[in-house]
Amino acid sequence: MTPHSTTLTDRLSPITRRRLAVFRGNRRAWVSLWLFLALFAVSLVAELIANDKPLIMHYDGEWYVPLLVDYPETEFGGFLPTRTDYHDPFIQAQIAEHGWALWPPIPFSYQTLDMQMMRPSPAAPDGRHWLGTDDQGRDVLARVIYGFRLSVAFALVLTAGSLVMGVVIGGIQGYFGGKTDLIGQRLTEIWSGLPVLFLLIILASFVQPGFWWLLGIMLLFSWLGLVDVVRAEFLRARNLEYVRAAKAMGLPSHLIMWRHVLPNAMVATLTFIPFLFTGAITTLTALDFLGFGLPPGSPSLGELVAQGKNNLHAPWLGITAFVSLSLMLSLLVFIGEGLRDAFDPRHIQLSAPATPLPRTQTDA
Amino acid sequence: MRDRTPPALLRLENFSVAFDRSTVVERLSLEVHRGETLALVGESGSGKSVSALGAMNLLPDNARIEGQRWLGDTDLNRLRRRDWQALRGGRVGFIFQEPMTSLNPLHTVAKQIGETLRLHQGLSGRGARERTRELLAQVKLPRPDELLGAWPHQLSGGQRQRVMIAMAIANEPELLIADEPTTALDVTVQQEILALLDELRQRYGMGMLFITHDLNLVRRHADRVCVLYGGREQEAGGVAEVFRSPRSAYTRTLIEAEPAGQPAPVASSQPLLQANDVSVSFPRPKRLFAKRPPAFEAVKPLTLTLAPGETLGIVGESGSGKTTLALALMRLTESRGEIRFGDVRLDRLSGGELRRQRHRFQVVFQDPFGSLSPRLPVSEIISEGLRYHSPSLSDAEVSWRVQATLKEVGLPADCASRYPHEFSGGQRQRIAVARAIILEPELVVLDEPTSALDRTVQKQLVELLRDLQSRRGLSYLFISHDLAVVRAMAHRVMVLKDGEVVESGDCRTVLERPTNDYTRALVSAAGLSPAA
Repeated sequence: MTPHSTTLTDRLSPITRRRLAVFRGNRRAWVSLWLFLALFAVSLVAELIANDKPLIMHYDGEWYVPLLVDYPETEFGGFLPTRTDYHDPFIQAQIAEHGWALWPPIPFSYQTLDMQMMRPSPAAPDGRHWLGTDDQGRDVLARVIYGFRLSVAFALVLTAGSLVMGVVIGGIQGYFGGKTDLIGQRLTEIWSGLPVLFLLIILASFVQPGFWWLLGIMLLFSWLGLVDVVRAEFLRARNLEYVRAAKAMGLPSHLIMWRHVLPNAMVATLTFIPFLFTGAITTLTALDFLGFGLPPGSPSLGELVAQGKNNLHAPWLGITAFVSLSLMLSLLVFIGEGLRDAFDPRHIQLSAPATPLPRTQTDA
Repeated sequence: MRDRTPPALLRLENFSVAFDRSTVVERLSLEVHRGETLALVGESGSGKSVSALGAMNLLPDNARIEGQRWLGDTDLNRLRRRDWQALRGGRVGFIFQEPMTSLNPLHTVAKQIGETLRLHQGLSGRGARERTRELLAQVKLPRPDELLGAWPHQLSGGQRQRVMIAMAIANEPELLIADEPTTALDVTVQQEILALLDELRQRYGMGMLFITHDLNLVRRHADRVCVLYGGREQEAGGVAEVFRSPRSAYTRTLIEAEPAGQPAPVASSQPLLQANDVSVSFPRPKRLFAKRPPAFEAVKPLTLTLAPGETLGIVGESGSGKTTLALALMRLTESRGEIRFGDVRLDRLSGGELRRQRHRFQVVFQDPFGSLSPRLPVSEIISEGLRYHSPSLSDAEVSWRVQATLKEVGLPADCASRYPHEFSGGQRQRIAVARAIILEPELVVLDEPTSALDRTVQKQLVELLRDLQSRRGLSYLFISHDLAVVRAMAHRVMVLKDGEVVESGDCRTVLERPTNDYTRALVSAAGLSPAA
């Protein structure tokens, strides 16, 4: 990632450059962003970091890529043409004898059951399982890494979706006002009266909600919070003089909304995004915690919280869940804060040197 | 004091105010005596208000104040917090500029005035009510009994300012600080308020510190004047003396800054804009199950014409329908009646057809801070309409046009990539003019373009507009309440009152020999100096 190479910086508009500068000036947000991006990047390549298959193998003079290809056990001297279990002591002995294998640093995936465990699960952290195992003998660290990715991806898609819906609906209501606004507001009020959690629970009883299912249902309701903010901003902005001037210039409504009204509404909207984002993560976690979320076996932080609650004698579960969730949410809030400040023109002015003396002399 | 004359009421010596590291007021010395009005004059940002607020310790904590401050024989530098509370509102009364926000909207008039009475005189209940009624009568509010229970939003701007004055004089202060008390008011109301202040000052023998930017008011209502520029005192002395022979160069430019000259005469008489029986009305809200009240007529049917290259001044006080009329003529608000622009019937067009006509008539608004999008660089603000109306232009051509237009309105070329907040009010107004003329319109509606600007900047803008008119043959519809500017700009003038034309005709004739009572009141309130 090189967003700051000279060519790209030159192509950015000055206001974007200035926002970038303000954002970088906010050390906490800047550090949080990089930390979060690093964590997210790590979790994006979770398969390379925590997996129950070797990344690459050399066996009998030939190259194998178990990460990408499923090889039958017969390839490595096994008896059954099934998927190879690379943790099987027999296979491991075979590999050691006929070649070598490069393992990821954490040799467990999120759903790998460690069959070679000598201790009852949940097992405390040790050299083999850095954060211990959960009550089904799965590696906690691997689950955290995958769970982090899933939560962030879910929140990203949900936030983007609600942003688009909220801005479009709120914008249309606010900009046109009058009857459009009145009818739209009543409809959203009715819609927001629906109990989301009950709806999810009822739905969970006759469909097994997957990632997209859950996302779709939550998207139906998560934009409601944005509508009020965006609508209020559009209502205010449509009477501003520069919007009037744009109308007088003959610009069509969609251009006025896009170029003049939306950028102003974006500050208020952006202040909302961190809440939406963290809200999406906590909702997903809460649903998983209650057991109405992602299908069983999915790597989810909510499930880890539930395990921590059920296994109070295994504090590493609860502590890991707590630390990873609070770290993720705090980083997001700090980033959101920095973003909001960067988009606010008044903060830019504050950072410029104050000019208390009148400028009338240069007025000409 | 070394001499034996009665000590001044308010005395500042070497008084400085600094915020953080920057000095805002530097070594100011002034005196206000009992029964006299000292006007503190300067342009925006010159430190007038800061001086007054600083003297009364009303500035935020990061302000550093130096120098001597005396009120009578009280050393203001030695006062503690409690003493200040007793002093403000007790010995010193304040009147602020904004009558809309300086009254608490959640309290009735009686309660707001009663509060100061209770705090400083311990009056309450009937006593306070009696005294409040008395005060309301003193500030000449009609029907004081009814007004006691009125809420601020039920009062007009002038009435609110009277209530503010009643609050300020409630405890018979020795010193009255009036910070631009009439700036937000219409000219005729201005005169009434200032006359009232003069009268009260004489009756109570108060000293008055009158802060203003309007030299016309200083000339008529102050005894002495102190001119500030950039936080420094430029000149002080008796009003007549300063106006007759100003010593400092700045005072001289300030006095000469009244817009002068007149527009170039018009040759053609074929009308560019012709409006017949144009009227605008707004429906009033309807209560549930009630009959809809008759619509509010903002502009009653009126007829006007405008020739190419001509300026029609539209004059009136706030609420007279000036801006509504302009918006109606530009089809930015719903209206009835015929609007003919060149050979096009504007009132029959709508949607895309209307938008394609819009480059022919442009508008410049009053507020230089609100009329430019803060999120776009100047080049985009100016070129936006051009890109839409002539999509065939290449980027190079557009930027060339932007540069040429910036030059035409007297702005340096390098400001194209900067953002509006980096510019002063006068410069922003130039940007707004550039945005309008880049589309090569035939008509520009100027809606109070100079009202938010300092006098010296106003003069420059008026000259620019006249220059553009003679160069491009533009027609202007010039809306203003400031007769001095209208006289410098307009060929013909139309006086509006409550949405009706009360008088119209040649600009000089109307302003010099008004036939209508209302026009006469306006002209006399404006205090125009005789035309050059």
